[in-house]
Amino acid sequence: MSTSANKGIRFWGIIALFLTAVFLSACGGSDGDAGSLTVYSGRSETLVGPLIDRFKEYTGIDVSVKYAGTPQLAATLLEEGDNTPADVFFAQDPGGLGAVAGMLSTLEEDVLTKVPQWAVSSDGVWVGISGRARTVVYNTDTLTPNDLPDDLEGFTDLKWKGRLGWAPTNASFQTMVTAMRSMWGDQRTVQWLENIQANDPKVYPKNTPIVSAAASGEIDVGLVNHYYLHRFLAEQGDSFSARNYHPPAGGPGAIVMVSGVGILEESDNKDNAQQFIDYLLSDISQKYFVEETYEYPLASGIPVAEGVSPLSEINNPDLSSSALSDLEGTQALLREAGIIP
Amino acid sequence: MSIGAVAAAGLRSLSGGRGTPPAVIWVPALFVGAALLLPLVYLVVRTFDAGGDIWDLLFRQRIGTILLRTILLVVTVTGASILLAVPIAWLTTRTDLPLRRVWVVLSALPLVIPSYVAGFIVIAALGPRGMLQQALDGPFGIDRLPDIHGFVGALLTLTFLSFPYVVLTVRAALLRIDPALEESSRILGRGNWTTFFSVTLPMLRPGIAAGGLLVALYTLSDFGAVSLLRYETFTWAIFIQYESALDRTLGAGMSLSLVILALAIVGLELFSRGRARYYSSTTSISRPPSTIRLGRWKWPALAFCGIVVAVSLVAPMSVLFYWVVRGISAGEPFNLVWTAVGNSVYVAALAATAAVIAALPVAALSVRYPGVLSGFLERLSYIGFALPGIAIALSLVFFGARYAPPLYQTTGLLLLGYVVLYLSPALGAVRTSLLQISPRIEEAARGLGNSPLRAFSSVTLPVARPGLMAGWALVFLLVMKELPATLILSPIGFNTLATSIWSNASEAFFARAALPALLLITASAVPLAFLMLRERR
Repeated sequence: MSTSANKGIRFWGIIALFLTAVFLSACGGSDGDAGSLTVYSGRSETLVGPLIDRFKEYTGIDVSVKYAGTPQLAATLLEEGDNTPADVFFAQDPGGLGAVAGMLSTLEEDVLTKVPQWAVSSDGVWVGISGRARTVVYNTDTLTPNDLPDDLEGFTDLKWKGRLGWAPTNASFQTMVTAMRSMWGDQRTVQWLENIQANDPKVYPKNTPIVSAAASGEIDVGLVNHYYLHRFLAEQGDSFSARNYHPPAGGPGAIVMVSGVGILEESDNKDNAQQFIDYLLSDISQKYFVEETYEYPLASGIPVAEGVSPLSEINNPDLSSSALSDLEGTQALLREAGIIP
Repeated sequence: MSIGAVAAAGLRSLSGGRGTPPAVIWVPALFVGAALLLPLVYLVVRTFDAGGDIWDLLFRQRIGTILLRTILLVVTVTGASILLAVPIAWLTTRTDLPLRRVWVVLSALPLVIPSYVAGFIVIAALGPRGMLQQALDGPFGIDRLPDIHGFVGALLTLTFLSFPYVVLTVRAALLRIDPALEESSRILGRGNWTTFFSVTLPMLRPGIAAGGLLVALYTLSDFGAVSLLRYETFTWAIFIQYESALDRTLGAGMSLSLVILALAIVGLELFSRGRARYYSSTTSISRPPSTIRLGRWKWPALAFCGIVVAVSLVAPMSVLFYWVVRGISAGEPFNLVWTAVGNSVYVAALAATAAVIAALPVAALSVRYPGVLSGFLERLSYIGFALPGIAIALSLVFFGARYAPPLYQTTGLLLLGYVVLYLSPALGAVRTSLLQISPRIEEAARGLGNSPLRAFSSVTLPVARPGLMAGWALVFLLVMKELPATLILSPIGFNTLATSIWSNASEAFFARAALPALLLITASAVPLAFLMLRERR
């Protein structure tokens, strides 16, 4: 009898301990009283964590960062609405910024002019921080650049049947299709999508597995962003058998997209947010993006990382951000073609 | 007369005569129910906010095809998991298999491998030009393996990730079956095999059904594995809406459709439970069962357990280990965040405790006072488990940021999210063990002058302990690897192992992702081993 009574006591003891722990942890979360900044970062901690730490050290501002995927954070911001604790949204791609454009405040002119015209939003609510090029990744065991077509149109040729990989649900891919629509028009874009579909492309969820698959020879070519290759090279050495190819004729296959940042209208820390953006566009940060993430600097003349093709060698059509903004139209078109669900 | 018929008659007469549940059960149960309703309310608001054209997008042929593919995957993964798990559960509870407890811990651990990590591993190892092909290329000159992407790859990956659900629930059931029933069968001249099939297996039905249901719903809710292995399921389609389309309306509409599918699966489980009674009339249930000697069957049994553990745990860990070594030799920087280990274990232990506590009143209601309310709450809990984590997370963002700002982005709200997601695994285990305790024991305790609460905590709980522990372990492992809700709901700056794996893997830093993945498996093994080793013999 006494043992069962003990067990009863122990059970309630566990519950009491548990409630105390929850209470304590709920009280633990508080932010500093002055000089703080809350960042929602769609760029991962691996990439931008060290940079943000340095900003903290320089300025003494107490920065808290929420890391998650750009679309998830955009959806979170939309659900939070005016109650959002975020001051700044640092997004991987313009699509995420565009989705919450209504919640962003207009940036000052001198910030917007630090980067090329094509790298800021047309309504001035976000500014590009770093550039990322669309490219073709190819297997170096089976192909040389000479075997590759001058532009994306070339991959509709029957000789590429079953050899191409793409990631149609990926945000960067969809931005490329948006570029295609504004350069080629909807009709020719649909035609291109249908012709590629007829060539049995291998469908991947995102860029990384495409680069792996191109290196292993699972596919011969893939449509991706440029920097993933360089991370594989850093981890696996030069023997990694895939390289990037920038279509010399340019077009939608050679666009340069941006990661960007905007300030929330509801923010109480706009000055700190402003400092943060200035910092991201400073030489020291731009150099960080070049060296650590293999991206293109937008606000300074720093040369790109070793092995990365300089922007001057890419036939970037310099599309304005408004030419890349109709994500919804692109998705409707891809859905119509049965490419996304 | 069959056991079932006697049992059914017994249950009917008992449930009728017991009246209404005490407030100490139904009040907390209602609170739990209210929390579980939040995601549904949110999804309805989002879906119907948008107006009409969502229906055209929902009722398309493409969606129908995806639905059929989803059902195919759910059925096959569940079947395959049961076939793998029941023998392991039986061998580790009823026989003299060497190293029984070690097998239990090892066979539970695959549960902790995040499915997106498993997806990357399967592709790297078994892809057309993966590690296996590289190994075969030299000696056999095979330059391409059949494509692992698609149904086979998804079936394989999800089965080896989720069979532990069934191991845990069936083990809990086996530990609670009165051994007298099996012994009587043997005394009456039936052999071990016949006894297993005619006595043990029918008694295990609730355990198998509870575990199978979890496998089915997990398969339904998985995104990581199916997206990497290119098998289009319903949840995949939902994630695509949130992921690339930022379309919260279509995402919510599809999630509501998923709820209907989940309810159909839950209905099947309730149907398979039948009206049988699973406790015996005596009170001798904590007596250990007699051990069956395997004899020469020992070696095939060991080989079976060995192969399952090798495929589901050793192989993936070896690939992770290989990535770490390759990264180190290429001079990759590793910054180990020990706080992530601490955070993961801390929040998973809290969430597991919360889920088991929340499951108790609902389970008590469902076992002792089955009725409309208990049925409703049970079904609700399964909805949380079947919905994609992103939908649950956004629903709590919706309510938290609007109506409970002080709670928003605190550990408290994160825990609430975990309870909504993982109440059903806890409930399944707790419910199964309560089922096997005769209400007469509690009645006797109350007859001696104890309050219902005291009778419950001093008589029922100690006997239900294996079930509670199984439920706790399940939720702990699930929370350790949970990603979408953790990313969105956690306090700002809160890192876990799962988030650091994701942060690295999504940027193709495999070596840097592999280390926290190995740590995740190790950190989960410790409490799990502790629990299993303390299990009563």
